[in-house]
Amino acid sequence: MIGAGFSALLSHWRYRPLQLVTLIVGLALATGLWTGVQAINSEARSSYDRAAAVLGQDRLERLQSESGGPIEAERFVALRRAGWLVSPVVEGTIRVDGTRVRIMGIDVFTLPPEAAPLGLSGNEDTTAFLAGDGLMLAHPETAADLAGSGLNLRNTLQVTPGDLMADIATAWQLLQRTDFDYLVLAPDQPIGLQPLTEIAPDLQRIQPDPQGDIARLTGSFHLNLTAFGFLSFAVGLFIVHATIGLAFEQRRPVVRTLRALGLPRRTVIALLLVETLFLALVAGLIGVLLGYTIAALLLPNVAATLAGLYGASVPGSLTLRADWILTGVAIAFAGAILAVANGLWRMARMPLLAPAQPRAWAMASLKASRWNTLAAFALLIISLVTVWAGSGLVAGFLTLGTLLLGAALLLPPLLIALLKLGARTARSPMAEWIWADMRQQVPGLSLALMALLLALAANIGVGTMVDSFRYTFTGWLDQRLASELYVNAGNEAEAEELRSFLEGRAEAVLPIRSIELDIADQPIFVYGVVDHATYRDHWPLLRQSADVWERVAEADGALINEQLLRRDGYDLGDTIQVAPGWSETVVGVYSDYGNPTGQMIVNHDRLMEAFPDIPKLRHAVRIAPEAADSLTEALVTEFGLSSGNILNQADVKRFSLQIFDRTFLVTGALNTLTLGVAGFAILANLLTLANMRLSQMAPVWAVGTTRATLARVELLRTLALAFLTWLAAVPVGLLLAWVLLAVVNVEAFGWRLPMFVFPLDWLRLLVLALAAAAIAAAVPVWRLARTQPARFLKVFVHER
Amino acid sequence: MSVRFLAVVFSIIATGALAQGFAGLGTDAEGFSYPQAGHTLTFPQDHGPHPDFRIEWWYLTANLEGADGAEFGLQWTLFRSATRPEKAEDWSVTQSFMAHAGLTTETRHYSAERFGRGGIGQAGVTASPFSAWIDDWQMTSRASAGDDALSALNVRARGPAFSYDINLEASGPLVFHGDNGYSVKSASGQASYYYSQPFYRVTGTIVLPTGPVEVTGQAWLDREWSSQPLDENQTGWDWLSLHFDDGSKLMGFRLRSRTDDAFTSATWVRPDGTTTTYGDGSLVMIPEATARVAGRTVPVGWRLQLPQRELDITVEALNPQSWMDTLVAYWEGPVAAAGTHGGRGYLEMTGY
Amino acid sequence: MDQFAAANFAPNASILRIGALTYEAAQTKIGPTMLLALQDVRKSYSSQEGPVDVLKGVSLELDAGQHLALTGESGSGKSTLLHLVAGLDAPDSGEIRVSGRDIAHLNDPQLAGLRRDKIGLVFQQFNLIPSLTVAQNLAFHARLAGRLDADWNADLTARLGLADCLNRYPEQLSGGQQQRVAIGRTLAAKPDLILADEPTGNLDEDTSDAVLDLMLQLVGDANAGFILVTHSQRLASLLDRRLHLTHGQLQ
Repeated sequence: MIGAGFSALLSHWRYRPLQLVTLIVGLALATGLWTGVQAINSEARSSYDRAAAVLGQDRLERLQSESGGPIEAERFVALRRAGWLVSPVVEGTIRVDGTRVRIMGIDVFTLPPEAAPLGLSGNEDTTAFLAGDGLMLAHPETAADLAGSGLNLRNTLQVTPGDLMADIATAWQLLQRTDFDYLVLAPDQPIGLQPLTEIAPDLQRIQPDPQGDIARLTGSFHLNLTAFGFLSFAVGLFIVHATIGLAFEQRRPVVRTLRALGLPRRTVIALLLVETLFLALVAGLIGVLLGYTIAALLLPNVAATLAGLYGASVPGSLTLRADWILTGVAIAFAGAILAVANGLWRMARMPLLAPAQPRAWAMASLKASRWNTLAAFALLIISLVTVWAGSGLVAGFLTLGTLLLGAALLLPPLLIALLKLGARTARSPMAEWIWADMRQQVPGLSLALMALLLALAANIGVGTMVDSFRYTFTGWLDQRLASELYVNAGNEAEAEELRSFLEGRAEAVLPIRSIELDIADQPIFVYGVVDHATYRDHWPLLRQSADVWERVAEADGALINEQLLRRDGYDLGDTIQVAPGWSETVVGVYSDYGNPTGQMIVNHDRLMEAFPDIPKLRHAVRIAPEAADSLTEALVTEFGLSSGNILNQADVKRFSLQIFDRTFLVTGALNTLTLGVAGFAILANLLTLANMRLSQMAPVWAVGTTRATLARVELLRTLALAFLTWLAAVPVGLLLAWVLLAVVNVEAFGWRLPMFVFPLDWLRLLVLALAAAAIAAAVPVWRLARTQPARFLKVFVHER
Repeated sequence: MSVRFLAVVFSIIATGALAQGFAGLGTDAEGFSYPQAGHTLTFPQDHGPHPDFRIEWWYLTANLEGADGAEFGLQWTLFRSATRPEKAEDWSVTQSFMAHAGLTTETRHYSAERFGRGGIGQAGVTASPFSAWIDDWQMTSRASAGDDALSALNVRARGPAFSYDINLEASGPLVFHGDNGYSVKSASGQASYYYSQPFYRVTGTIVLPTGPVEVTGQAWLDREWSSQPLDENQTGWDWLSLHFDDGSKLMGFRLRSRTDDAFTSATWVRPDGTTTTYGDGSLVMIPEATARVAGRTVPVGWRLQLPQRELDITVEALNPQSWMDTLVAYWEGPVAAAGTHGGRGYLEMTGY
Repeated sequence: MDQFAAANFAPNASILRIGALTYEAAQTKIGPTMLLALQDVRKSYSSQEGPVDVLKGVSLELDAGQHLALTGESGSGKSTLLHLVAGLDAPDSGEIRVSGRDIAHLNDPQLAGLRRDKIGLVFQQFNLIPSLTVAQNLAFHARLAGRLDADWNADLTARLGLADCLNRYPEQLSGGQQQRVAIGRTLAAKPDLILADEPTGNLDEDTSDAVLDLMLQLVGDANAGFILVTHSQRLASLLDRRLHLTHGQLQ
């Protein structure tokens, strides 16, 4: 009996294959977008873990000089001879064929086993690694990038992308160094050692960092992605809910019959549940596959984003991981259950003889709309409250979520009100019917329209944010990158020669000196600047005291970046303790886009006095722009500086904008996908409603309207609804942009951006929305225009 | 004792990157020197390193006793491995060093290891004045001018759970194995240079987690170097050095082979330092008792027969769990001999 | 009755009264004809078992103001015949003239125009436009045809007893009320020819008789041609002319 009952229930899908396809595609899309985002996050996180584990940074202490400056090689030997188990590391960045790579020089003899495994295979590799002919270990992607460089590379997944792991001797040769950046301390030291504070008082013990800077810095980015994934999932779920609800309603007669034949209600519900779970499994698996594809396509861009924005290296290729595959299938289940719950509940409470009421089903949401409206206002109020009283990134996203959901829920009543108003303008019976019918369509289409609203608002909001950001960023770059050339020396001796070489050739050579300090338990980069017009004229200040640059010149004040102002609450007049016995008053705040960490600018001489061994390798060079190229050439040919050590302003700007654009490429792609899903939601809804529509249009056709006219009207109606939805999405999108710029950005990055509006983009989006709606409506409309009269006639003869 | 490092080399191939620094030895040794029969060793130069040979070690084992009669074993070893037959004075790697330290009680066995490249001062060996060191571990000559540099030594090492600092005084001459120090290691002719100082009297301090212990006892130093001393079919060995109560000493080993019968060799050392070498087959070594150690079955009780010397003894480990849990792992610990000859000594077993 | 004789004889009152210009042109070409004339109309539908001949050469004529009941068993083709006459579907062969114009070969817009201007339709169900109110439904056809006559509309509303429910939506009405709205909508447009396909099929006998009574009165007052398709001999007996359709042929 159960088998027969099940097959009776399942036969529904045989008659409505399109509904089945819609259901599975909807669920698969929802799952796919979610899974894709999760896969990206998972890949990134595992690579942060790998990065954090490089050389055991997550578990091992280090010894470092106070200024972060180099440690002489002899110090290492002396500490070893004193019994301390330390292992030296030298790090540096070089440019190979235009690719920047980080060289990590290590000593395999002393590296504690707790430091990550190296991935040398066979003793030939090992011999070559140590033999001084430069065998280096690289991630396969990095190795591929450097394929033509002639470097002796061996692939291993143990090394993070963008890094080259080499023996100390090899690394020194490439970096032109003879010293170390830090020493790794083995966790188990021998007994009876003389304390480090006695034999190396100048070296600081740095505690291991289990999480890694990168994971912390990128947290907000991933939250962002997750929010997008969730949005897509919600949009996909709208489709499923609409489809599955109708399918349940249409099966009422079957259920009625089955129950009349003696199948217990509970069994029917159980069978429907089994069916749902099976569908969810199929859709979930398809979704995971889809998610994998999406993630694989997007990952290279995400990797570029993370590298550009945070310096985090993530491989561009995807690994299958149980975590996101399982969560993908699980979310498909959750989604299906969520979508089916309402239908099941109603089916469970259905009186035995209740008639099928697909139209009543479509209208039921109209009755619920009062509650929806109330809920919408409640959500919007929460949104207001969180934006006003909340703080933190989570509050920011809560604001966004409630704003979007509230706006979405408010859409159907708003549309109905608008259409009622519109109906008043109708003068002809056709016009009257078109308005009235459109209004009647709103409940049935409301889920799809809400999905469209969400997608459009997200597009407008994120688009506005990105464009505002880019506009501001471009202007800021022009101010900030005032120097024509940026020149690095390989070592102190070369730097000395470089300065004297530039003397007379350049208008000014501005030293770039910085040190990373822990101020109030936060890593803050402190820069020392000399008094020069370059800064006075160009440095973009958001807030300033009187005589700001004079005060810095007199070592009587410091500038802080916006991140410290927004995130940590420092403001003009506050005092910051830079180092023991050295405090500075904040005299200015400058904008510092693209930098995840706090930054300070202090007087150059004061900084060097406090930290005399800060490397003096980097310089900004002022020169007449037209002379910059010839100076670059002179530096390479006459001075012998490698061209990788010279950056000109234009290159830096181009590079920065490139990073910027790639950063938001992913957001754009997700936006487009969401819009696509919303388009599909409309299609799905229109298709499921098409049969119902037939009975609504048949009387109009019978009294003298052609099918072609009806089809045109139908298309027009869908376009009109899309247009109205777009109209509603514009203010929602702008609000969204404002929240992103004024709340989320401040929390996530520590900077606030002015908002600029780009109405042309809205129009572009309108065209897109109309196109999506037109494409979605095309199939049902085409079918309508070609409907055989017999099908219309059946409407009048049979109960459907 | 040649074979010790060899197995090291053979067993490392599948292990970590570092051990592979000592590798490349199974291959044809290009540019490296080979031991020659009839060559005469000269001192103090030959106490120092031989960079033109691939491998070399300074290997000390000691049987010690506390004031309360508690017995201990002690090991200090420095291995040298060359990737090129030359000596660099910078960070380029031509000579690498690995060191093992062990300390055995009746119930516990402690071990530690160190690695380092030569040429930068972290690890190395100098012949005159004699010193072999890695980090703060060292074996330094305390001999008076004119005496052999190895006749008096100070030896130190420490790990996370133990340390020791002992002084050694030799009461006899250096002893040469095989043909005046030319020691054959297989039927197919692999060989090494091999000499020992087995006559050490020891005084010093060992530090255990329970506290320091003053100890006295005897010690045996092995010096060996070569470039390719093992047959590729040889899978491991069992090596013994014994101090008998009557003042005579025995060094014997058995090389196990995948294809042939085990190859044995022995050196009998009289109290005056004169030696007799016994070639393949003279020494009979029969495993009698086994123990489960680090997941393997290891023969920790032996029967030894050397008919030419009317020797028939059993040898038992002080602590059957004397496992060197180092990157290259093996069994190495103090033993007691009983039967026709009584005494103390050291047993080393690899390849189990 | 001889069809040709009838065609020449009958005055085309409804055409003259309405004066629909589009059809006048057609009419003047052909000359005065009767309201409806079918000549050897054939229609088949394809089904899974192959083509099914529904109408196998049907000929009939109808004068203006004449009331015809078309009876027959289920599947005899009576509904199909009605649909062909209404211009809802096209015959495979034969001639259908409405007010003298052959409608068998009209295109879609022309057929729509015919339905709008000449024909009134009442079906068993789904007559009404669910999104419009009763008042809007009542006036819909007439306004579409450009013939809304407010007095006539008010008269109809009153006589159909719909005055109280003008602002309701169809789904809020009973079946009988819905059918009255459908009848009212059809009559409001003052068509020449009113076609009803089992208009009371969904109603109980009492309601059915009342609705049909009212319908016949109103049709008579409008002087329109009327074809009622029904399987009920009882209802058919209320009409002045009856034809029986068996296996696609008229008896």
